[in-house]
Amino acid sequence: MQKVYERPESMADVQMSYCPGCLHGTVHRMIAEVIDELGVREQVVGVCPVGCAVFMYEYMSCDMIEAAHGRAPAVATGVKRVLPDSVVFTYQGDGDLAAIGTAEIIHAAARGERITTIFINNTTYGMTGGQMAPTTLLGQKSTTCPTGREAMREGFPIRVCELLATLDGPIYLARVAPVNAAGLVKTKNAIKKAFQKQLEGRGFSLVEVLCNCPTQLKVSPIDSLKWVEENMVPYYPLGEFVDR
Amino acid sequence: MAERVLMKGNEAIVRGAIAGGCRAFFGYPITPQNEIPECMSRLMPKAGGVFLQAESELAAISMVYGAAAAGVRTMTSSSSPGISLKQEGISYIAGAELPCVIANVQRGGPGLGNIAAAQSDYFQSTRGGGHGDYRTLVLAPWSVMECYTLTAEAFDIADEYRNPCLVLLDAVIGQMIEAIEIPDWKPKVPPKPWTTTGAKGRPANVVNSLYIIPSDLEEVNNRIQARYKHAAEHLTRAQSIRTEDADVVLVAYGCSARVCRSVVDMARGEGIRAGLLRPITLYPFPTREIDALAERGKRFLVVEMSSGQMVEDVRLAVEGKSEVRFYGRTGGVVPAPAEIVEQVKAMAKASSGSTTVNRQPTTVN
Ligand SMILES: Cc1ncc(C[n+]2csc(CCOP(=O)(O)OP(=O)(O)O)c2C)c(N)n1
Ligand code: SF4
Repeated sequence: MQKVYERPESMADVQMSYCPGCLHGTVHRMIAEVIDELGVREQVVGVCPVGCAVFMYEYMSCDMIEAAHGRAPAVATGVKRVLPDSVVFTYQGDGDLAAIGTAEIIHAAARGERITTIFINNTTYGMTGGQMAPTTLLGQKSTTCPTGREAMREGFPIRVCELLATLDGPIYLARVAPVNAAGLVKTKNAIKKAFQKQLEGRGFSLVEVLCNCPTQLKVSPIDSLKWVEENMVPYYPLGEFVDR
Repeated sequence: MAERVLMKGNEAIVRGAIAGGCRAFFGYPITPQNEIPECMSRLMPKAGGVFLQAESELAAISMVYGAAAAGVRTMTSSSSPGISLKQEGISYIAGAELPCVIANVQRGGPGLGNIAAAQSDYFQSTRGGGHGDYRTLVLAPWSVMECYTLTAEAFDIADEYRNPCLVLLDAVIGQMIEAIEIPDWKPKVPPKPWTTTGAKGRPANVVNSLYIIPSDLEEVNNRIQARYKHAAEHLTRAQSIRTEDADVVLVAYGCSARVCRSVVDMARGEGIRAGLLRPITLYPFPTREIDALAERGKRFLVVEMSSGQMVEDVRLAVEGKSEVRFYGRTGGVVPAPAEIVEQVKAMAKASSGSTTVNRQPTTVN
């Protein structure tokens, strides 16, 4: 019998702790597949965030570092600067990257660090129980904006790709949404391209992945995918923002 | 013959670091330590290493965390307010059992304070500084020569104990210029099988300070504490100057120890048998050395450029066996020798009386 689907070598044979239907695991798998396809597993050093993906180091079978909340781009910088031949990625949520770690991501991007960031935008602080994130949509309820986010009270959601696109350091910035078949293919392709850009050694690359959090949205996994498509995509347009 | 050169304390930190095998420096400007990143930016690339000015102290220490995880000898430097920001990363580095070196050229505090010399970060330096059950190993140079040698050695210590090692100086020690002899230094680098450098021909490594199961974390914490116990046995260092026959032993480190060095001779000139015990390691603290002096009935005057921090460790060492007094100036004020001599005199007067005194001036050993 022909084997058509198997666990990537870069993925550890363990059960993940994510909620049913959560896209974190799907994106992990895509990263592992890309690392395998590029044949770089033995050069990879990944940096995990503080957030639901904090245990990513248990799910990957490549070298991994656990960073403090928001500091992954600085940790990745430290690794890449002393090991220029390594392939370094960070994996970060929206609280991690766009709130507490805003300075670190902007400056890593501005320096054109030869690293790749996979940015999971799920509009919420999943791990700590669904508090407002910097990417929570206007009107969206959270445990710390229970009546819905109001612009003049909680401010506006941040569009990270557009923000970073003003800098000269990034060579690849894309936003994708793996919420349907086409979106899954595009997400995998964008992640692969981002890693390939790093291998070119010319600058910083980031893929913003619009993700669901069925648990904090309090909807079914299927409905959470629809929610991303109907509510997030209009505010966070998909596409490649920088490709040079 | 060893090369003899004039150099600032801060520059000696840089040259000592490079001699000690440091090959990655991440910093952020703050007075009075700016010569360290400036000098690093010139010398580190020549040594084949990495110099990078970070966007903040938070980022700089996180870069150190990454470089240390990658197995490279790495350091950062700052001054008091910047060291406060680095505490997040220092705690993570200690928790992940990584080696690194941090230089703190202390200035006046709290808050923005000022840029004058102070010793008010003693608690922060010796108690861990950040959250969690850890300490930083602390070396306190009192000369430009020691800025060089202790910084070089700090990398061996950090590697041996897999723990951050702090070089704690102040604006005076960092800014003063002295002639030093550049020693031959051979770094002792242990094997580092735990590094994250790419899982080539070995299982994947993880650098981490997260242990979700309490008993796992307790095991790690016990392992870390065992290293501190070992350090207390093997790393503790202090210099004794004329303590043998002393009635009053001054206890001071860094800049205030230099002032006290003069006080010893001045007091002896006035017929008071004074000595100086200078802790070189602040953590581990020379508890045993102080206890031994207390056992012999010596009384202590702790002198700090703070409102009294190290004095607590001296009191813990003395355990009430003898008198411990404190004299401090704060806010960046350096105490004048005459002020301290007055304190020593007051102490001598209060005691039951000493007899003959050796009036010979001493040489620094
Ligand atoms: C310094 C610090 N502040 C706060 C926290 C608590 N904390 C843990 S995860 C998290 C939010 C993570 O949210 P996000 O980055 O959006 O990731 P998600 O969980 O949604 O995947 C916070 C605030 C922490 N661990 N450290
Ligand atoms: S809380 Fe949300 S983001 Fe976290 S694992 Fe569950 S579904 Fe995924």
